[in-house]
Amino acid sequence: MFRFILSRLLYLVPTFFGITLVTFTFPRLLKGDPVLLMAGERGVSPERHAELTAQLGLDKNIVVQYFDFIGRLFQGDFGNSLVTKKPVLSEFLTLFPATVELGLVAILIAILVGVPIGVLAAIKRGSWFDQVSMSAALVGFSMPIFWWGLLLIIFFSGTLGWTPVSGRISLMYFFPDVTGFMLIDSLISGQKGAFLSTVHHLILPSVVLATIPLAVIARQTRSAMLEVLGEDYVRTARAKGMPARRVIGVHALRNAMIPVVTTIGLQIGVLLAGAILTETIFSWPGIGKWMIESISRRDYPSVQSGLLLMAGIVMLVNLLVDLTYGLINPRIRK
Amino acid sequence: MSDTTVKLTDAQIRRRMLAEFWFYFSRNRGAVIGLCVFVTLVLMAIFADLIVPHDPTLQYRGMEKLPPVWEAGGNPDFWLGTDAVGRDMLSRLIKGSQYSMFIGVVVVSIALLGGVVIGLVAGFFGGWVDVLIMRVMDVILAFPSLLLALVLVAILGPGLTNAMIAIAIVYQPHFARLTRAAVMSELKRDYVSAARVSGAGNIRLMFRTILPNCLGPLIVQATLSFSSAVLDAAALGFLGMGARPPAAEWGTMLAEAREFILSHWWIVTFPGLAILISVLAINLMGDGLRDALDPKLKRS
Amino acid sequence: MKLLSRSLIAASALALSAAAPAMAKTFIYCSEASPEGFDPAPYTAGTTFDAGAHPMFNRLAEFKKGTTEVEPGLAESWDVSEDGTEYTFRLRKGVKFHSNDKYTPTRDFNADDVIFSFDRQGNAENPWHQYIPGITYEYYTSMAMPDLVKSVEKVDDYTVKITLNQPEAPFLANIAMPFMSIVSKEYADALDAAGTREEFNNAPIGTGPFKFVAYQKDAVIRYTKNADYWGTPAIIDDLVFAITPDAAVRLQKLKAGECHLMPYPAPADIAGIKADSNLKLDEQAGLNVGYLAYNTTLAPFDNPKVRKALNMAINKEAIVATVFEGQAEPAKNPIPPTMWSYNESIVDDPYDPEASKKLLEEAGVSGLSMEIWAMPVQRPYMPNARRTAEMMQEDLSKVGVKAEIVSYEWGEYLDKSMEPGRTGAVILGWTGDNGDPDNFLSVLLSCAGAAPGGANRAFWCNEDFSALLQKAKVSSDPAERTKLYEEAQVIFKDQAPWFTIAHSTQYVPMSNKVSGFVMSPLGDFTFETVDIAE
Repeated sequence: MFRFILSRLLYLVPTFFGITLVTFTFPRLLKGDPVLLMAGERGVSPERHAELTAQLGLDKNIVVQYFDFIGRLFQGDFGNSLVTKKPVLSEFLTLFPATVELGLVAILIAILVGVPIGVLAAIKRGSWFDQVSMSAALVGFSMPIFWWGLLLIIFFSGTLGWTPVSGRISLMYFFPDVTGFMLIDSLISGQKGAFLSTVHHLILPSVVLATIPLAVIARQTRSAMLEVLGEDYVRTARAKGMPARRVIGVHALRNAMIPVVTTIGLQIGVLLAGAILTETIFSWPGIGKWMIESISRRDYPSVQSGLLLMAGIVMLVNLLVDLTYGLINPRIRK
Repeated sequence: MSDTTVKLTDAQIRRRMLAEFWFYFSRNRGAVIGLCVFVTLVLMAIFADLIVPHDPTLQYRGMEKLPPVWEAGGNPDFWLGTDAVGRDMLSRLIKGSQYSMFIGVVVVSIALLGGVVIGLVAGFFGGWVDVLIMRVMDVILAFPSLLLALVLVAILGPGLTNAMIAIAIVYQPHFARLTRAAVMSELKRDYVSAARVSGAGNIRLMFRTILPNCLGPLIVQATLSFSSAVLDAAALGFLGMGARPPAAEWGTMLAEAREFILSHWWIVTFPGLAILISVLAINLMGDGLRDALDPKLKRS
Repeated sequence: MKLLSRSLIAASALALSAAAPAMAKTFIYCSEASPEGFDPAPYTAGTTFDAGAHPMFNRLAEFKKGTTEVEPGLAESWDVSEDGTEYTFRLRKGVKFHSNDKYTPTRDFNADDVIFSFDRQGNAENPWHQYIPGITYEYYTSMAMPDLVKSVEKVDDYTVKITLNQPEAPFLANIAMPFMSIVSKEYADALDAAGTREEFNNAPIGTGPFKFVAYQKDAVIRYTKNADYWGTPAIIDDLVFAITPDAAVRLQKLKAGECHLMPYPAPADIAGIKADSNLKLDEQAGLNVGYLAYNTTLAPFDNPKVRKALNMAINKEAIVATVFEGQAEPAKNPIPPTMWSYNESIVDDPYDPEASKKLLEEAGVSGLSMEIWAMPVQRPYMPNARRTAEMMQEDLSKVGVKAEIVSYEWGEYLDKSMEPGRTGAVILGWTGDNGDPDNFLSVLLSCAGAAPGGANRAFWCNEDFSALLQKAKVSSDPAERTKLYEEAQVIFKDQAPWFTIAHSTQYVPMSNKVSGFVMSPLGDFTFETVDIAE
């Protein structure tokens, strides 16, 4: 097992360097000069322009800049934002919990709703439930979520007035950040109603973000279940007169879960991409919105470190999925 | 056994395969509906300039933000109402199908072509070529696709062409991986060694012998990519990085309409609906294709 | 409400000193963007000033609320020498800086703070010049302060003498701007000793009407009333900024009662706001101008006749009605009507395609094709440049001019539009910094501004016009300055380097419960005078 983990880690080293190369190069290829963007309509004199460029370290040889970047990375220094002048890592870490919270709740919704639907649809194959739920899943899978989010806002916040339009918690409540996760912090604060308010604010964005993963998981669970239900050992168990619930619960579901776990792991990238859109629509203070803003402001250090950190996270999650997969399915390990 | 089978010509085999494919495909009601919608969309795109009731870029002064015809204040000249500067919504939606179909075709072609060539090379030659290519693909896949596309567009400059290129780059590793895996498994088969023995060259072997045998999964992946491309291009347009206004691209229309979300619902609703319907149709078709082309599922 | 006051007390030990009011008044402002930081000097965005400089700091001189006039602030009074180069400021006594849980000031505001506030921006040797790596003082530089200020000297604890290199009438307006906020030298020293210099930007200490409580990045900023404020203390007890970048969402929150006041409503929503009986709407002509600048160095646009002809071909009223949704005043002058010295008597070029055609013929121009540059972003002076360009394109086609619309990414746009050989006419605009006409005319239209690094995008250099501006700049007589600027506007209209588009109106929607809000012509949002009814 240890050798398996080690080999997977070694496998990631070249990929990681590839990622640093990409994250370093890409922001520098962006058109638009950050110095000019800061000056706006006002303009900036050529001398001042040179001065500022030097101050931002953008005048050095590109190779020197790259090794500077790598060197500082290993010291945990991700550079300072050109806009706020603050360390990028600390900015990322302040915003990251908001995205994680949203993403976790979304994936939880997707699993808790998607898996049962998939299982039920497989068992009752061809029934109206199967047809309706799978059609709905396909619609969900095809959904432009940025539009879906707007529709939900129009209906639930606008017409019905049930849900808040944006934000993570009602401004009525104020407590210090302990973990950065509003669900936990609001509980710790002990303020009455704070937790409920957090949940209330999370509903729409997490439903929007959960839409596509939910559809994918439901479809994947159904087809995995169907496959397993057709296998010999399930038929045998059935033939032996084992109660249907046990057959499904013990044998079929466990085996069907293997591909489903992979699917869930693969949804992390989908979630991060979805977070960009969802956070933009709901003014959610997370890293998705932050990346978009950083790109449009040509904030090199933020774009480069943000990309790096997000790719790193995807890589780590994929590794974890790989390892879990290895645990569930020992055949792969060899 | 072999002497009982009748010798079939290539054309006959092809016809028979097609017939078999259509048999399975047409059994899937959703797939047929999807196909119909898709064909309608394609026809709409091709004949867009002939069937639009108005010039999609013409601004009718004094006709701004008219509601659809069935709402109070609607104008029978503009069935689905007009947008912020008085352009006909219906005409813009029809014109938008042209963009979406175009985006899908171009993105899938680039990604497919690039991915297949890369995958064939990697799978066929193996060794360090394979390792290098696959590491590069890993790097691309490590980024959330929309984010990478966003950065690429920001580099290339916003615009439809660049958005398509960016999306194609982000998609092609999927094709490359698929092709490579197929090539690796096909290489072990007897017919390949047979072709080799009979002196077929590398290129011929790659394209004439191996490629046709891994077409199935590629077609399914291509359909999936088509719908994702339409969706991602719209998302880029929505974030202001896709097609530039006044192009009637659906995502761009949606982005421009965002300020009217609470005041003029139709300007926001219709472009999104158009995206949903076309993506749904393609996905329905994709499901049918997968079922018809995947022999394992055929049995069940 | 009770809950809120209790939590605030728990969170800020400061509030303990004051008896907890039975009904704490909390005012919520839905702001449009996150502040870049809280130190007023290194940043240039209006949002940043609304969150930092305005609620928490003061200047030596301040803009009188609702006007662009300068009145005493932390300086009680000042004298200007005969030649206009020496300013002596007498400082207010007994002004207290804020305290927080890590810092309590031991002395009142004095001359050391003033000198520190100037020196850290202007003197690269000052240890606080680079207290955050990569920090710059863009406003200080761009308002030409380094060239202007010769020395800042302490006469005694409550008197400061500032010497200028040359007389400059707008100087007082400059030091009333947010970037010249007075910061605490003592706080800086304390942070130096603690080794936490970045706190200067994160946990600001000022003299203003509100004290900083907490900031959750991209979400909420909280302030509490400064009970020891030297001026009239704020009426509300707590001030909250709910950061909400999307205009539609801001409005939705305002309607839902989740905030009391918001900036920058979407033009499309104005009518709906007016109709809503729970909301009210303040409006004021903005201190801005949107324009289309020709390249006056390039034929045939170097001919004033051609420029005039094009100006007459474009239907300004239609643009104002459609793009601005009527929420703007058609512009005839380069400065807005709210600014002193605005020349009322100027008559705008009429919209007259026939006359335009004739004029083009006279100039010997036919089959002209040109580029119109439309910027890719929305700005306060221009809600949608693309739409504007499309309308101009159509109007111009009616007089036989073929226009092609060009756009670049914003940073590139700013850069390329200042390249001397630029082929197109460019849509851009300007929002005033300090209410002085010089801040529009010199920056945007003087010969000096046409040089690289300037902002004169018409590259228009008219000796007479520039001479008038220079004369007005060194004069300290407001009446004389007014006359000179009025004359300059006549030359501008005659030479037509721009098609002046519009001065967009600023709207501030707020809840009916809000009273006492004063709109600033400079576009600032300040809340020490607001009150909310229960």
